[in-house]
Amino acid sequence: MVLVYAEATNGEFKKVAQEAVVYGRKTAEVLGTECHAVVLGDHAGAEALGKFGATKVHRISGEPLKNFDAAVYTVALSEAAKQLGATVIILPHNSTGKNITGRLAARLEAGSVTGANAVPEMKDGYFTVTKPVFSGKAFAHVQLLTDVKVISLAGNSIPVTETGGEAAVSDLSIDLPQPKTRVVKHQVASGRVPLPEAELVVSGGRGLKGPENWSVIEDLAEALGATTACSRPVADSDWRPHHEHVGQTGVAIRPNLYIAAGISGAIQHLAGVNNSKTIVVVNKDPEAPFFKAADYGVVGDLFEVLPRLTEAVKKYKGQ
Amino acid sequence: MKLLVCVSKTPETTTKIQLTSDGSEIDRSGVQYIMNPYDEWYALVRALELKEAAGGTVTLLNVGPAENDPIIRKGLAIGADDAVRIDVSDEKDSLYTARQIAEYSRDQAYDLILFGKETISYNGSEVGAMVAEFLDWPYIGDATHLEVEGTAATVTRDIEGGEEVIEVQTPLALSAAKGMAEQRIPNMRGIMMAKRKPLEVVPPVDFPDTTRIAGYHKPAEKGSVKLIDPENMDELVRLLHEEAKVI
Ligand SMILES: Cc1cc2nc3c(=O)[nH]c(=O)nc-3n(C[C@H](O)[C@H](O)[C@H](O)COP(=O)(O)OP(=O)(O)OC[C@H]3O[C@@H](n4cnc5c(N)ncnc54)[C@H](O)[C@@H]3O)c2cc1C
Ligand SMILES: Nc1ncnc2c1ncn2[C@@H]1O[C@H](COP(=O)(O)O)[C@@H](O)[C@H]1O
Repeated sequence: MVLVYAEATNGEFKKVAQEAVVYGRKTAEVLGTECHAVVLGDHAGAEALGKFGATKVHRISGEPLKNFDAAVYTVALSEAAKQLGATVIILPHNSTGKNITGRLAARLEAGSVTGANAVPEMKDGYFTVTKPVFSGKAFAHVQLLTDVKVISLAGNSIPVTETGGEAAVSDLSIDLPQPKTRVVKHQVASGRVPLPEAELVVSGGRGLKGPENWSVIEDLAEALGATTACSRPVADSDWRPHHEHVGQTGVAIRPNLYIAAGISGAIQHLAGVNNSKTIVVVNKDPEAPFFKAADYGVVGDLFEVLPRLTEAVKKYKGQ
Repeated sequence: MKLLVCVSKTPETTTKIQLTSDGSEIDRSGVQYIMNPYDEWYALVRALELKEAAGGTVTLLNVGPAENDPIIRKGLAIGADDAVRIDVSDEKDSLYTARQIAEYSRDQAYDLILFGKETISYNGSEVGAMVAEFLDWPYIGDATHLEVEGTAATVTRDIEGGEEVIEVQTPLALSAAKGMAEQRIPNMRGIMMAKRKPLEVVPPVDFPDTTRIAGYHKPAEKGSVKLIDPENMDELVRLLHEEAKVI
């Protein structure tokens, strides 16, 4: 059986959970087995995970799960996997998953792949999972050699499709340890989709000249409903918050649309963004290396081009 | 305070990744290696700052072959006191690596073990969490701030679109992300001193491989760029809608 950790974001099963369940369903198809989901804590609406392919949902509740503690979550998931006889466990490769996946693999002495971006295949008799390596410069085909396997799924790697109806939800009782960590502050900016999950991204580089000019980026992002990003020197100079920094030493993203303005396209920048579906580059230098990695290019001054593009987007959306 | 910093090796960031002709391996010829930036810039420097403030020692640990020694020496030149290399001939998988780190550190009474957020080669972001589970320690990934007072640590970590502040007691493992510290460049004195600092080589413990990389492929090449008249952004919007189908 394939067991998916369906993470609730603010109590709801949003895109990360839906993607993980769809991925779990497809993995179960490859193995000829069922896909179950596990939810941690009392979240409403877990039966809806059935739509994405979970045939059953197991709910684990308890005081120790109130705040996120990776060690406690790991016990919950590993005990659930053992009780239910899961052979593949799937998590999201986000800030939650990054704290649990390794722990879970160690606890179960299971082979693991983190940040997978394709459905597993049986190749040459081995269960094989593909993941980006070198921040997207290549993909590795990783064989998992253990009976129990752990996979974390990179965001935006699989389209969310609905196949089923409601899943039966039942409670699973597990002895949980007390958390050793205490969350004293949890702060999330409301509004924009977080960068790793964003489908549309508008990004600015040193060509913007200074933080006071960012309105041309913000306005375009606003018109598109996109999330903003930046190159490393921009974050290093504190023009923008560091969590906007994309690239080999920043966030690696794979949106449907990446618009880069005033970014030269250094190899370390490209590494984090070149798996975007469509790339638009705005640069006044026709020789900028980024044009080689772009689908659409605009050679021109971003201070003229971006406002024009923003207007064009508004016009299109108004139709 | 007794601090351990786990450091790994990665190809230099400008490296163009080439595959061997059958795609089974990365072509290593001519590839230059560096210390993984997250380990060097953030984990190591924050460990040194904590030591400078409260006293103690900073030890480096690498699981890898003898050819990694120059990278370890660079960490000593930046200011670590000593180093350990667990002698394995080849790059091993995350769980194997984590098991080595855990078995070595189990009896060493470290207060903190610092990791980088991820290796920029394998992009695993899992070794630190694995070590913590083997040791039954708390672990916090993608940490951007760390303060330690006695045995009380306060850690800020990145979460999607925001951050979380966590209180926890040492011993503690964490992975360091941008924000944790500022990169330090080794000076001449550091480089000279590094040559005399101890670098102990210890054998690995037995542990099976749990994964194997069967091969690689490269991302599909982009076709040539379609240039759009900068005066005509309506055309770009049309193409994004009708051709690329992304808006
Ligand atoms: C170890 C290491 C890791 C790194 N990791 C990363 C990483 O993760 N992410 C990252 O982004 N970088 C990274 N870098 C830095 C990278 O090498 C480049 O220096 C950086 O990406 C350049 O940023 P930029 O394109 O914004 O600036 P620049 O290279 O200065 O480019 C600015 C561009 O703006 C254009 N421009 C200027 N004015 C205008 C205008 N009015 N209209 C239109 N275009 C204009 C210019 O033609 C130019 O192409 C790393 C470097 C190292 C050494
Ligand atoms: N071979 C290694 N030796 C020592 N530390 C390592 C090794 N590989 C990974 N690490 C540490 O674990 C972190 C995360 O690695 P990874 O899980 O591969 O992304 C790195 O930033 C290092 O701090």
